[in-house]
Amino acid sequence: MTELIASILFATIVAATPIALAGLGELVTEKSGMLNLGAEGLMAVGALAAFIGAYSFGSPWLGLVFGIAAGVALSLVFALLTLGLLANHVATGLALAIFGTGFAAFAGKPYESQVLTPVAAWAIPFLSEIPFVGKALFSHQPIVYLSWLLFGVVAWLLARSRLGLILRAVGESPQNAHAIGLPVRLVRLLAIVFGGGMAGLGGAYLSVFYTPFWTEHMVAGRGWIALALVVFATWRPLRLFFGAHLFGGILVIQLFVQSSGLQIEIPSQLLTAMPYLVTIVVLVFISGNAKLIRLNSPASLGLPFRPD
Amino acid sequence: MRRLTLEPRPVASPVWGWASPVLAVVLTCLTGLLIFALLGKDPIEGFHVFFIRPVSSFWAVMELLLKATPLALCAIGLAVGFRAGIWNIGAEGQFILGAIFATAVALHFGDWPVISLLAMMIAGALGGMTWAAIPAFLRSRFNANEILVSLMLVYVAQLLVSWLVFGPWKDPMGFNFPQTVMFSDASLIPTLIEGQRLNLAFLMMLGSLVIAHVLMNHSRLGFSMRTSGQAPLAALYAGFSNRQSIYMGLLAGGACAGFAGMAEVAGPMGQLTDKLSLGYGFAAIIVAFVGRLHALGILLASLVMALFYVGGEQAQQYLNLPSAMSRVFQGMLLFFLLATDLLVNYRLVLRPSVRS
Amino acid sequence: MVSAPPVLELQKLSKVYSGFKANDEISICVPAGEIHAVLGENGAGKSTLMKMVYGVVQPTAGQILWRGKPVEVASPMAARRLGIGMVFQHFSLFESLTVAENTQLFLDDGQSPSSVRGALQDLSSRYGLDVQPDRHVHDLSVGARQRVEILRCLLQSPKLLILDEPTSVLTPQEVERLFVMLQRLSSEGCAILYISHKLQEIQRLCHRATVLQAGRVTGSCSPSQETQATLVAMMIGAATAAMPSAGMTSTSSTQEVKTKAGEAHRLSGLTVKDLSVKSSDPFGVSLKNLTFSVAPGEIVGIAGVSGNGQRELLKVLSGEVRLDNSDAILINSLPSGSLSVSRRRRHGLCVIPEDRLGTGAVPDFSLSDNAFLTGLYTKSLLSRSGLIRHQAVDAFAREIISSFHVKTRSEQSPARSLSGGNLQKFIVGRELLQHPSVLVCEQPTWGVDVNAASQLRQALRDLREQGCAILLISEDLDELFELSDRIMVAFQGRLSPAQPTSESTSQSLGLLMSGVWQ
Repeated sequence: MTELIASILFATIVAATPIALAGLGELVTEKSGMLNLGAEGLMAVGALAAFIGAYSFGSPWLGLVFGIAAGVALSLVFALLTLGLLANHVATGLALAIFGTGFAAFAGKPYESQVLTPVAAWAIPFLSEIPFVGKALFSHQPIVYLSWLLFGVVAWLLARSRLGLILRAVGESPQNAHAIGLPVRLVRLLAIVFGGGMAGLGGAYLSVFYTPFWTEHMVAGRGWIALALVVFATWRPLRLFFGAHLFGGILVIQLFVQSSGLQIEIPSQLLTAMPYLVTIVVLVFISGNAKLIRLNSPASLGLPFRPD
Repeated sequence: MRRLTLEPRPVASPVWGWASPVLAVVLTCLTGLLIFALLGKDPIEGFHVFFIRPVSSFWAVMELLLKATPLALCAIGLAVGFRAGIWNIGAEGQFILGAIFATAVALHFGDWPVISLLAMMIAGALGGMTWAAIPAFLRSRFNANEILVSLMLVYVAQLLVSWLVFGPWKDPMGFNFPQTVMFSDASLIPTLIEGQRLNLAFLMMLGSLVIAHVLMNHSRLGFSMRTSGQAPLAALYAGFSNRQSIYMGLLAGGACAGFAGMAEVAGPMGQLTDKLSLGYGFAAIIVAFVGRLHALGILLASLVMALFYVGGEQAQQYLNLPSAMSRVFQGMLLFFLLATDLLVNYRLVLRPSVRS
Repeated sequence: MVSAPPVLELQKLSKVYSGFKANDEISICVPAGEIHAVLGENGAGKSTLMKMVYGVVQPTAGQILWRGKPVEVASPMAARRLGIGMVFQHFSLFESLTVAENTQLFLDDGQSPSSVRGALQDLSSRYGLDVQPDRHVHDLSVGARQRVEILRCLLQSPKLLILDEPTSVLTPQEVERLFVMLQRLSSEGCAILYISHKLQEIQRLCHRATVLQAGRVTGSCSPSQETQATLVAMMIGAATAAMPSAGMTSTSSTQEVKTKAGEAHRLSGLTVKDLSVKSSDPFGVSLKNLTFSVAPGEIVGIAGVSGNGQRELLKVLSGEVRLDNSDAILINSLPSGSLSVSRRRRHGLCVIPEDRLGTGAVPDFSLSDNAFLTGLYTKSLLSRSGLIRHQAVDAFAREIISSFHVKTRSEQSPARSLSGGNLQKFIVGRELLQHPSVLVCEQPTWGVDVNAASQLRQALRDLREQGCAILLISEDLDELFELSDRIMVAFQGRLSPAQPTSESTSQSLGLLMSGVWQ
């Protein structure tokens, strides 16, 4: 029985990682006041680029770099439109999502039947020998550990560093930040690029580590779920981490149920729909608390800013 | 030292209001030709296949109008919502639910001439509205973001259709394919011209454009919705109900998309299959923007978008390019439009920089 | 003292925005230790000038000399490095951060949070400006926020301190404390640029004054040696110094209010009894047991610094917020507490909100559309089938424009193309031409030039003569004294008992505004 639970925990962490990465990136972006709805498109191009990189050069690590680069590149388009040309955030983000998924589907056609060599996990010596916990927590692929590190760093930076202070200030009121001389557009640009890179990394994880192949519908809405998670987490990194794992758990439970052979009369489609339904429930739950949202959301989120 | 700066215009430029989408279309086409060249295809041939073939015969034009119909239908419903500041992104899901409801009627009451079809039309609109009512309720009661809720419901709708055609509604004589039985004749929308696939839905689309236009520009409800979209505080001050805007905005989108879904299964497809989700719901978002949320603009934009769709299919056939090419074009069109829209509110001028 | 160069000298400084001259060849000289007023009405160019000195905006011509040497102030950070500090009219504090965090951001010199806190405590005791470093700004009152703004400037030991309309948000007592602090600073050698349109304060506090009108310098003097009349003449030009009463009136009588059913209600004004509303906004103020009445033909004023419940009161009176207890609000004897905005308006209520663009009017809609915004309730602008009668709407808009002398190209111009004063005239005109029997207005002449302001005040007086009951919420004590028959003071969601204006003074109101009750 403990074996089973350890396996579920393991799988949960694995499933949570891409969503957590994309979510963290979007959290930082939104903290600066930029609403980037294009996470789904960013993850898609990240996944494809990573697959191409890993496939063409035989190195999953190079694949990761390609994935991050693709996310960064596409998010620069978003930055150009919203920061430089003052376009509406919602429309631009949607355009990003549509273009990103369409472009990835288009460019990914030749790669749909290819397979990569699966990447071995890095079992941390000694720690992974611990019964139960060792298998569940310390026998993961290195990206998982990387994501934990990133969360810790970002959470600390946001709360305690001057950089985090500047980010929060810009997100609350770019006008005031500009008035005291903070480089608003630069800060927002960096936040957008970070978000793009993270989403690209999350996508790269999907196509190179999670399942070593590429298909058109691989991202399956994880980018959108990541967006919902940022709201659920009320823009706090540690809550986001928790939320992503909650989701990972849901994604995984339905797989376990389906493969366990339990004679439950639930159509497989309903199980597959669980994550999306739960996202709605979670959104409703958190949004209904207007006070919490008001106190935590970046006040300038989605609003355009023009200096002078 | 002179440099290029952006200056706000005192009044939004009406010329650029119309010119911007046109410029965006042109830029998209040019970039598309560039992509053809980069992929090793002859750009002239690419241009011919993508843009000329689809309008080169009467039949081709009919097919174009057929493709444009669901796009324009969904888009006008979405535009009503967008103008009210309601971001309905789930038209794809509402389209599917409309198709599902209509199929339910077709499968169980499908043999009565005229009555069945009418019932299907109503069912289609109802299906879309039901699906759209969910984000409306959740936004109105819990302030849940309708973008994310309506979008999540798209995935759920796709899974629902999958369950239906693989399960309870599967055609027992269908060789185990995920599809329902073909609809009987009474459940099919009559075509307009003998031998063409263009059907009554085209006329209904035109009608809905007119209705939407009158609603948004000449009715009190439309005014209140537009105010909510532009200045929500002013809308509250004037006593306009936010709730009304939310519901109307989403239900209008849902009804139109649902009707379009019904027209798809009772039209060219003739049955419900798991290939129903064609991305019209998302393409319609682009059509709505490119059409400036305006009835006439949407009509024109839906023709352009239909052209991209058909062009993509042609490109697949004759140029060996993936049909996803059309999605690339769609995304690019929206990007270019967002860029060229800057010129509506800002002017590019050469000014002396800083101190002279 | 022998000629030390002035701390600040502006030589023919100009700023032009695509054809519009915000500042035209302005020259000012400020020696160390001088408190120098920059005087002018709204729209004269004072804010733009200060933005140039502080580096927010770059001049298009002219020079700035700092202690005798020409400088280019490229940004606010550069200004601070030179030794210039500025306290804006609309504060630039971040609400979700603490006082210490706000200061740390501002100082930008790598100090640790604890040393910032220590420095804040030191300065605050030295100048008598009381702050708590670890409180979040959204918890602070307006007066406290200004103290934080000033302290952060002082932490950088400025040689020049610029204050933009500092007293518009202070109680009279807080104004006194501010003046004491400024005089102390001035005696220590700091020069002060004091922007204001409040003549009495300038006469009391400032050594010299430069007067701006329409972007140009129209006078330079020692304010204590001038009279208010001469100062005003310099501000708006002698020719128009005699306030015209523009005769803006809505001519028909308001003796009867007709409801939809066509019956006439007896006019009895506005009555509020035991009104309590819990604020839904975490940063809002709850209203507690408000009781007052406004009779037909009188103007009752509510004084008070913003943030004491005025906005919440307006929303509950207008119908944006609806109550369970309908009897708490009576409009012409009709229990209205639970009625919607549209029904209250049909009963003769009109509302003028504080925010022009965004609440009172939709910025991108034409004036015609904006006339329809509230006119639809009383002006038969809809046909029987529910469609908008565009011609009637345009006619109503034109009527507003001509009766209230709104300067605009046509009724199709977008609201955002009007100047602040003209837009306010339009909005006030729209409400007044609906012949309300009860009018609630908030800050009706805020940010409006002197001419328009006087026209608007006259219109309110005329409306009162016609028997309308008017509730006037304002931060401007002068305006309240000029217009109100009785005055109440709002403080933290409560209202003081109404007193006849003749029995109130700035001092007594000031005490009430600071919460000293009974």
